[in-house]
Amino acid sequence: MESKHVNQQIAAMRQSFFDELEDQNNPNFVEEVFTMYFRDSTTLLETVEQAMKTISITLAKMDKILHQLKGSSASVGANKVLNEINKTRQVLEKGNLEGTKAGIWEMRKEYDSLKAKLEPYFQLKQANSVPQEK
Amino acid sequence: MNVSSVKGSMSISSSTSTWKAGDTISDQFPAGLRVLVVDDDPTCLMILEKMLIACLYKVTKCNRAETALSKLRENKNGYDIVLSDVHMPDMDGFKLLEHIGLEMDLPVIMMSADDGKQVVMKGVTHGACDYLIKPVRIEALKNIWQHVVRKRKNEWKEFEQSGSVEEGDRQPKQSDDADYSSSANEGNWKGSKKRKDEEEETDERDDTSTLKKPRVVWSVELHQQFVAAVNQLGIDKAVPKKILELMNVPGLTRENVASHLQKYRLYLRRLSGVSQHQSNLSTIISAQDPTFGSLSSLSGLDLQTLAATGQLPAQSLARLQAAGLGRATAKSGIPITLVDQRNIFSFENPKLRFGEGQQQHMTNKQQVNLLHGIPTTMEPKQLVSLRHAAQSIGNMNMQVPPHGAQSSQNNPLLMQMGQQQQQQQQSRGQILVDSTINHAPRLSSSMGQPILSNGIATNVSSRNGIPENIRAPGYSQTPSMLNFPMNHASELPGNSFALGSTPGVSILTSKGAFQEDVNSEIKGSGGLMPSYDVFNDLDQHKPQSWELQNVGMAFDTSQHSNSLQGNLDLTQSALGQQGFSSGQMNGHNRSAAVASKAMFSTGDVKELGSAQNVNQHLNNLLVDNTIRVKSERVCDTSPANIFPDHFGQDDLMSALLKQQESVASSENEFDFDGYSMNNIPV
Repeated sequence: MESKHVNQQIAAMRQSFFDELEDQNNPNFVEEVFTMYFRDSTTLLETVEQAMKTISITLAKMDKILHQLKGSSASVGANKVLNEINKTRQVLEKGNLEGTKAGIWEMRKEYDSLKAKLEPYFQLKQANSVPQEK
Repeated sequence: MNVSSVKGSMSISSSTSTWKAGDTISDQFPAGLRVLVVDDDPTCLMILEKMLIACLYKVTKCNRAETALSKLRENKNGYDIVLSDVHMPDMDGFKLLEHIGLEMDLPVIMMSADDGKQVVMKGVTHGACDYLIKPVRIEALKNIWQHVVRKRKNEWKEFEQSGSVEEGDRQPKQSDDADYSSSANEGNWKGSKKRKDEEEETDERDDTSTLKKPRVVWSVELHQQFVAAVNQLGIDKAVPKKILELMNVPGLTRENVASHLQKYRLYLRRLSGVSQHQSNLSTIISAQDPTFGSLSSLSGLDLQTLAATGQLPAQSLARLQAAGLGRATAKSGIPITLVDQRNIFSFENPKLRFGEGQQQHMTNKQQVNLLHGIPTTMEPKQLVSLRHAAQSIGNMNMQVPPHGAQSSQNNPLLMQMGQQQQQQQQSRGQILVDSTINHAPRLSSSMGQPILSNGIATNVSSRNGIPENIRAPGYSQTPSMLNFPMNHASELPGNSFALGSTPGVSILTSKGAFQEDVNSEIKGSGGLMPSYDVFNDLDQHKPQSWELQNVGMAFDTSQHSNSLQGNLDLTQSALGQQGFSSGQMNGHNRSAAVASKAMFSTGDVKELGSAQNVNQHLNNLLVDNTIRVKSERVCDTSPANIFPDHFGQDDLMSALLKQQESVASSENEFDFDGYSMNNIPV
């Protein structure tokens, strides 16, 4: 059945995505978490990018934001994003503004790709669960 | 797993904390552990909560440190362990850690994505039980119960050894460190040693205290005594054994003192560190810490004396205070500004007369400590002076300088005092006076700083014509005022009012002005309150002052779940009237101050209540409140609010004074009788 197939797909995706750090008993929990994560991190990322544009931003502030991003990403298990963040932070520490910009850009890339991967998963899940409820 | 039963047993064990090491702890023990999680990142918070629930713990989450602290205070025994993030917007995780350590003595685990060694080290030095790196693994959370068990075990052992003095001797200082620094060490080392010792010392144990309860509650009074002892010995030379001897509190073990000392040291260190960041005030504050300490010690001692005698003559108080201040001054590295201020309040002159101009010195000194939290608006000096004023008020005869406007720091207070006298708010003001005096300078323009100046000012206004204020030589009570100075922006006009209203003023000031974390100060103020002359006066003002106090306290107390609250009710209401931004105060400094205050207030308030009179009690409350208020960064509550009713100010002052008194449990008589400085011991 298609739905079965889809379920399997979902399961596979889930496995590949989620490092079972958290209790996954409640699938909605994952959704909630990621919703939150994306919401916050989008804002943070935008702030960072904005900050890069304006000159007035201080390195410390940037670092703070990045730290926040780091924490969130780490908590949800977004490892690739996390790595990029770390790299960016290191560059930032050295005071390399250009490097930081590049780093942020990389972060953005990873972040977007993560989002891209997860979104279909969630959508699929949602879509799948709906017919099942019927 | 039979969760319910486990939970039941858990609650039992956690509440009693008496389960001995050898007690049968259910295998399912960790379940039901009451965890409080604090993290500003909602994502993390959610994940952690989920994980903790998966571990069968009972989770409460907060995303702000202030909320967490208030929750902890409301329900002292409601939590077993705290998990806190390091980087939070409203309060530093380490600061929270310290507060919890001082106030509630719960195990705290820090978390952060930051895994730098420095940060981890910081966690260790601040007393964290553990440090987790984010992302936090569920396995790591499964193990946090060990910290709870360990702590309980150690506490239990600590108490068991009632003959701790001997034991303490036996156990090298190391035990203190072990006690405090890491539960792990503590557990291992102490556990084994204690066990051995216990066997040997079963007999020895009998002699001392019968204290068997696992945890010592560091009441305000107890803490005051502690601080007094520490100051007497000298911060560097204070060893638990000697402190214990000095304190002479039955049932207190050397270990208790040792661990408390450690916390106190960290606290001071933190204060000095923090203060440096700030402007003069901070320096002042740090400087004050030692001063504070000395002052407090003095106050503590004084108060004790006073309590004993019932009335500490202003002179003696002054002397003590001066001594204390002197000591403090010497010790503290207060910046010049402070020094200047201190000079103003030089305690050398125990009997500062109101009219004496430089009274501020005295207060400054004291105030310095107190003024910690004084808002920046107030010049540090002023703050200091205010503080000193407050303090010195007790000592000094209220230097109520006639300075009308905030001419000089010292003067302002004095002047205010003078003016205030008119108000006759009441001698409470002595302290207030000081504060006002201090304020005065600062208040150059009705600063919103509630600091004493406000209080004083208000008092002054209300007092109008409190000639006595100046009398305040004996008013040493101003310590509370000291805190306030900061906030006073307005009138402190040197009404002599300060004396009487000092308490009130102080309260006011503290309330409004605590812009800065007066934490340290509060402590100091508490301690400084030796001259609680104001308290006496407060009686008169009591009704009012209480309100003031209550007001102040009200906002303050939100966090205060301490006993003070009960006491403070009065004050709170009083304070409330004042419209102090006490709320603000509560928030900020609370942490610091609260910690200290908590110690004070709880103990003092209760004790004081019975003492002298309600005033005293109120004072205590006030003091506590003020202290708290101070710590909380009393934002300038609109001075207008504060002083709209003079009445309130007086009350506040009295409340404050009271609080201070309570803190210092000083029975210092406040000569501020309402408006007559009758009580002022001259």
